[in-house]
Amino acid sequence: MKHFLKVVLFSLIIIGFFAGFANFGIPKIEPAPPPRAEKIDLDSMTMEQFIALGDKLYNGKGTCTLCHNSLGRAPMLDQVGSVVPERLADPRYEGEARHIEGYLYESMVKPSAYVVAGFGKAGSSYTESPMPDVTGGSIGFSEAEIMAVIAYLQEIGGVEVTVTIPTDAPAAEEPKSDQNVARAAINTPQEIITHFGCHACHKVEGAGGELGPDLSHIGSQRDSAYIRRALLDPNAEIAEGFAPMMPPIYGDQMYARELESLVSYLAGLK
Amino acid sequence: MIETQIFYSGVSMAQARKTKPGRIILLLALFVFIAPLLLPDLAGSVAFAAEASATEANQAASITLAPPLLSESDYPRIRGVNSRVTVWLAAQLHLWFAAFVLAVPIFVFIIEAIGMARGDKRYDDMAYEFIKVSITAYSITAILGGLLLFSLVLFYPQVLQYLSGVFKESMFYYALLFFAESACLYIYYYGWHWLQGGTKKWVHLTIGLMLNAVGTLLMFLANAWVTFMMSPAGVDPAGVFSGDSWAAMHNFLWNPINLHRVIANIAYGGSIVGAYAAYKFLSSSSKEQRAHYDWMGYNANFIAIAALLPLPFAGYYLTAEIYAYSQQMGITLMGGVFAWLFIIQAVLIGTLFLSANYYLWCGMGRSDGAVRYNKYIKYLAIVIVGAFLVWFTPHTLILTNAELKGLGGPYHKYLGPLGIMPAKNTAVNIMILFTSLSFLFYRRANKIPTVSWAKTGNAIQVALFSAGILNLLFLGIYHGYFTNTVYKVAASIPQVLTTLIIIVVSSVIDAMMYKNSKEVAALNWGRVPDRSQYALFLLAVSFTWLMGLMGYIRSGIRQHWHVTNVFRDNSVDAFTPTLGYAANVVSIGVIIFMLLVIFVFWLSAVSARKTETAGYWKEQMR
Repeated sequence: MKHFLKVVLFSLIIIGFFAGFANFGIPKIEPAPPPRAEKIDLDSMTMEQFIALGDKLYNGKGTCTLCHNSLGRAPMLDQVGSVVPERLADPRYEGEARHIEGYLYESMVKPSAYVVAGFGKAGSSYTESPMPDVTGGSIGFSEAEIMAVIAYLQEIGGVEVTVTIPTDAPAAEEPKSDQNVARAAINTPQEIITHFGCHACHKVEGAGGELGPDLSHIGSQRDSAYIRRALLDPNAEIAEGFAPMMPPIYGDQMYARELESLVSYLAGLK
Repeated sequence: MIETQIFYSGVSMAQARKTKPGRIILLLALFVFIAPLLLPDLAGSVAFAAEASATEANQAASITLAPPLLSESDYPRIRGVNSRVTVWLAAQLHLWFAAFVLAVPIFVFIIEAIGMARGDKRYDDMAYEFIKVSITAYSITAILGGLLLFSLVLFYPQVLQYLSGVFKESMFYYALLFFAESACLYIYYYGWHWLQGGTKKWVHLTIGLMLNAVGTLLMFLANAWVTFMMSPAGVDPAGVFSGDSWAAMHNFLWNPINLHRVIANIAYGGSIVGAYAAYKFLSSSSKEQRAHYDWMGYNANFIAIAALLPLPFAGYYLTAEIYAYSQQMGITLMGGVFAWLFIIQAVLIGTLFLSANYYLWCGMGRSDGAVRYNKYIKYLAIVIVGAFLVWFTPHTLILTNAELKGLGGPYHKYLGPLGIMPAKNTAVNIMILFTSLSFLFYRRANKIPTVSWAKTGNAIQVALFSAGILNLLFLGIYHGYFTNTVYKVAASIPQVLTTLIIIVVSSVIDAMMYKNSKEVAALNWGRVPDRSQYALFLLAVSFTWLMGLMGYIRSGIRQHWHVTNVFRDNSVDAFTPTLGYAANVVSIGVIIFMLLVIFVFWLSAVSARKTETAGYWKEQMR
């Protein structure tokens, strides 16, 4: 028993030491909270505000400074005025841009169009950039956000800001993937139908458009699996006599329980 | 020496070696073991051949396998229960036990085979005692696996639904393999004394091999689910599953994790069994028992160190692959919010190396012949501690404004350069080399070589170590301070190769030099101080804590995604916890794990006890 207690005490001291070191021996860093989509009012935005938005995106959501910093992981972006024309004239350039704005846009959505010497992926003969497409993945920039970052880069690069603030505000502020959006879930199928504008094309319970099939009795013709599939991948099977017009976006935009609630409701329309 | 003449059930080793059917069975089982390793190609071909016909089915399957968009209310809550911590602890405890029960049969199989080859029954007895310890742990592993599953069903049903949709085939085979593993384990353990001698012993060894093959395959399957969450494959950018299960399994980080876990499990299993032997050693009252458990502890520590030496290399490989998969993920891991975790990791790995070396140095006291090497130990200690301190040095210092002004920046003039990876890589390689040197000294402790070229052999080894260390330093300094940041890690691979070559070549030379060596003094098992056993406890506890910490970071680098970039975590727990918080959860987990391990060890001891109360059965009859 004596040895048992000594061993237990010894082990607890070790655990205590490690826990203590992790709590008090290193700096307390609070990781940033998960990013949330913010409402951007582009209509009333000045260019200064738009550039400030680019600054915020560049240093925040875009996580650009993870690599574009003084540690040399990726090229610095404060000299775009002088370096971009040289790159556009470089025979290694594989893009289609003609000016700084176009080049910056291309470098964000198609980063391998030009890889700065010494910064390519190892194993790709340094022709492939390690930078991700900023419109996808965890960054998920919208068009407006890309333009804001370009404006910011032009500003810090000391060249004329050529971008114009997008006017198509609602579309521009919508991120590509709604995985980045947080909104309250909708509770009733009728509200879901209204929110997602299904009535624009479909008749449901007698009301709505005629661009798509009438769903008033869809439950008597199709089962839940078919309806779910039609919502998630509308072009998998097109109803006879209708054009493939329904966008395949609802899998991204509807919460899981909204989707199930809607499927269950439609399947019940006999 | 008496034991070496005793063979299984009276059958001599020579007879056993002649047993052809036994070998055939073993070869067949070996094929079963190797077959899973060939699986990528086989499965790839099958997948290719079946591709056309399966397209339709795949399309249908993909339709319902888009990751759902979740809101906070989609995550069930139970009042007073923290969902994430519950799943975290259940998963971590399951993993600790699984690592242990997967590792023990690997070295039990090896020890049993060594016992057969050498005709030394002590190895057979030790192997049996190891497997006896793991048998109860096996049940607890299964219980904890069930607990993890229930936790996921309760708290993350949509996540589980999506993953089980993608991995339905492998989950089904996982369940079947679980039965196969149980069957192999129970026959292996309960048939130990029955399957002794001649062909039976070969059959027993074969079952051991099958147990390992099935266990490894099980782990690979589970690893695929975890690595899919980190580096999804077989899905489109929106996460819609294509129906190609093999693509999802064979994702970017699958093999790096497989390799890392196999090696780490062996080191971990060795450390836990070492702790068991240490406790038995301390509680033993007889000289024979102390000698037995000292020997057992030494072997367990040897296994732990042998696996610990290549483990950092497997870690580099995994990290390099994480960078290759996503530079963002790599930088989040090493240069972002988790960067400070690697200072904690340095403390833990430094502790592992120091405790393993300390145990070896104490063990040199078993033989009077070791005094020849005592003078070198202080130098080994200085180098290992020095290397540890380099590894421990952070790049950026945390300073007050006044200190920052005084220093002229966040980097110390002299210590700052030691904070970068090439310096740390150099340090850890040197630490590994000197640990292998400790082991070489230990092996030589009670022997002198009899070969004519002993002096030349020693000179070659000295030259090998010297040249290797110079090469490590050159690579580290050149790549660390004279190249662009993106090429700083380029030193890793040549450094690793240098270290591996030195260890392998020097071990081969040493083995040849000390073949038919002369014993200068007896090796007295049991003649070690009690404090040496605490080094084994330190090893086991540090290992457990380290695994918990690295589990946190492996999962944490996904940040707010259930499946990286395709299935977002929208629960209230989507934020990344701080290192301190994670350390507290890990510590609680380690304490629970320790309690369960004590229970397992206690059960193992209880099963050996026999109480006979005089007259009890007669009284019952009246």
